[in-house]
Amino acid sequence: MVRLVVDLNRCQGYAQCAFLAPEVFVMHGEEGLLYNPEAEEAQREKLAQASAACPVQAILVDAMDAPAEAVSGER
Amino acid sequence: MNGDGSLERLRREGRIVVVGASLAGLRAAETLRDKGFAGSLTMIGDEPYEPYDRPPLSKQVLLGMAPADSTALPRRRAVDATWRLGVPATGLDMAARRVRLADGDEVPYDRLLIATGVRARPWPREAEAELDGVFVLRTREEGAALARRLADGPKRVFVIGAGFTGSEIASACRERGLSVTVAERGAAPLVGALGGVVGAVAADLQREHGVDLRCGVMVTSLEGDSSGRVRAAHLSDGSTVETDVVVVSLGATRNTEWLAGSGLGAGPRGIACDAGCRAFDIRGIVTDDIYVAGDVARSPHALFGYQFLSLEHWGNAVAQAEIAAHNMISESADRLPHMWVPAFWSSQFGVNIKSVGVPSLGTEIMVPQGTLASRRFIGVYGYQGRVIGAVAFDHARWLPFYQELVETTAPFPPPFPTVDRHPDGQRPMDADFPDPSVPTHGPTVTLSGYSPADRRMTFTPAH
Ligand SMILES: Cc1cc2nc3c(=O)[nH]c(=O)nc-3n(C[C@H](O)[C@H](O)[C@H](O)COP(=O)(O)OP(=O)(O)OC[C@H]3O[C@@H](n4cnc5c(N)ncnc54)[C@H](O)[C@@H]3O)c2cc1C
Ligand code: SF4
Repeated sequence: MVRLVVDLNRCQGYAQCAFLAPEVFVMHGEEGLLYNPEAEEAQREKLAQASAACPVQAILVDAMDAPAEAVSGER
Repeated sequence: MNGDGSLERLRREGRIVVVGASLAGLRAAETLRDKGFAGSLTMIGDEPYEPYDRPPLSKQVLLGMAPADSTALPRRRAVDATWRLGVPATGLDMAARRVRLADGDEVPYDRLLIATGVRARPWPREAEAELDGVFVLRTREEGAALARRLADGPKRVFVIGAGFTGSEIASACRERGLSVTVAERGAAPLVGALGGVVGAVAADLQREHGVDLRCGVMVTSLEGDSSGRVRAAHLSDGSTVETDVVVVSLGATRNTEWLAGSGLGAGPRGIACDAGCRAFDIRGIVTDDIYVAGDVARSPHALFGYQFLSLEHWGNAVAQAEIAAHNMISESADRLPHMWVPAFWSSQFGVNIKSVGVPSLGTEIMVPQGTLASRRFIGVYGYQGRVIGAVAFDHARWLPFYQELVETTAPFPPPFPTVDRHPDGQRPMDADFPDPSVPTHGPTVTLSGYSPADRRMTFTPAH
């Protein structure tokens, strides 16, 4: 799985992402954006394209291969 | 920290502890590493999960588009931290520089970042709050539980409070075809954050989408059946609404109780810090080793007369975390002020709502682009002759222009001829904010005056 987040303060609803990775990003209403915060591994390439194409660089895709460093409840 | 090499030592082998392992905590940790902090980093969080994103909980998750456990935040980089998750911090010893944990452990620090955020304010009557079918929404678990219940197809969902979160919940329910009643004490949805003029638009929007919206009413009690499931809500106008799901959306409470008696300037309104994110102690003296970021912070803002602002905004948590992290490991001359211009988004009923600045400070509003009637517009807020904020309904592309007006303290009404010529835009009107002493449901910006100490806090000396 690939984790991602969109900074929706920046997003201007240009929809490039929805065009390039429609399985992850969908426009909702006239200019709202909904996205799946956890995309399939198979989407990684398309996601990279979408995040590179976003004119305001609003898309952050995980910089690390999941699973990230160990997160444990160790006391 | 002045040229005696101690800052170098801190950066090389110091101990930094972050309490609150969510958005602000994670982004601060990443920034510390980015800026070359090579010492030990400990992340303490009471939730048993790695940092996750909350905004999707009232949007994608309730729409059934993504499961609640799928919103873990992407990482900008590795942070190489020791994670203590599922353990709340229960105390702070400022003199000994130690954080106490619920399991009895004590974690020493050279620098501490507090990013404990807020939690949902529960329904005040405890027995009613515990009825099956009564929810709040702040955490992953709460999101999962509510989404599950919505998927079961309840007969009616009853939302208490029409702030941003309550309105988004109502919107998601309608999109799923569920019957929804929303009760709001104020005159309209979003009225605390955006005023009555824009609130009226939000009210129309809700009603048009089939929400049974009741404004100017209070919920007096919730009623359960014999098996402890909620079955009805009683309102101050004497009416009763039968419902099987109640979502309490009455704003948030700051997570500062664990600091009681520590001597830090922490109270119900948050933790006061200076523009460089350094926390004040209860005497109003700024500390040099304790920093604050995110929803729990209240910090003075140059654009708003140095009043302390509490911002429950995603973008603020990120920006303030970055500044706090930078300042924690910098010489005083290299420190940066947190000057982020407040910005917020919400999506509801198919409309993309965004705001910049602090609309709720405004006394007047004007609509230079679009129209209120079409629900596609820009509203600009004025305060004492200057532009103080702006809101966009499906007009987000224009917002950066208005943000610049806020940043440059441009005069209000703005000097340019209104872009679209129509009656709304010609003249400013009363923005119609409710009396600030009457709380509405969850404004996302709270002005909290000039005092670094929270006067409503009881001072309990540690010794
Ligand atoms: C449903 C929902 C929708 C939202 N939608 C939007 C939106 O559309 N736009 C927007 O701008 N903002 C939105 N927000 C607000 C945004 O999520 C917050 O501003 C952001 O999460 C703040 O991050 P934070 O790290 O400061 O605090 P939090 O995310 O609250 O994190 C604080 C963490 O500290 C932990 N903690 C508390 N006390 C202790 C303790 N004693 N010891 C250890 N850990 C502790 C908490 O459990 C939590 O994990 C939304 C919030 C919610 C809940
Ligand atoms: S490409 Fe960028 S600006 Fe456009 S909708 Fe996607 S995230 Fe938003």
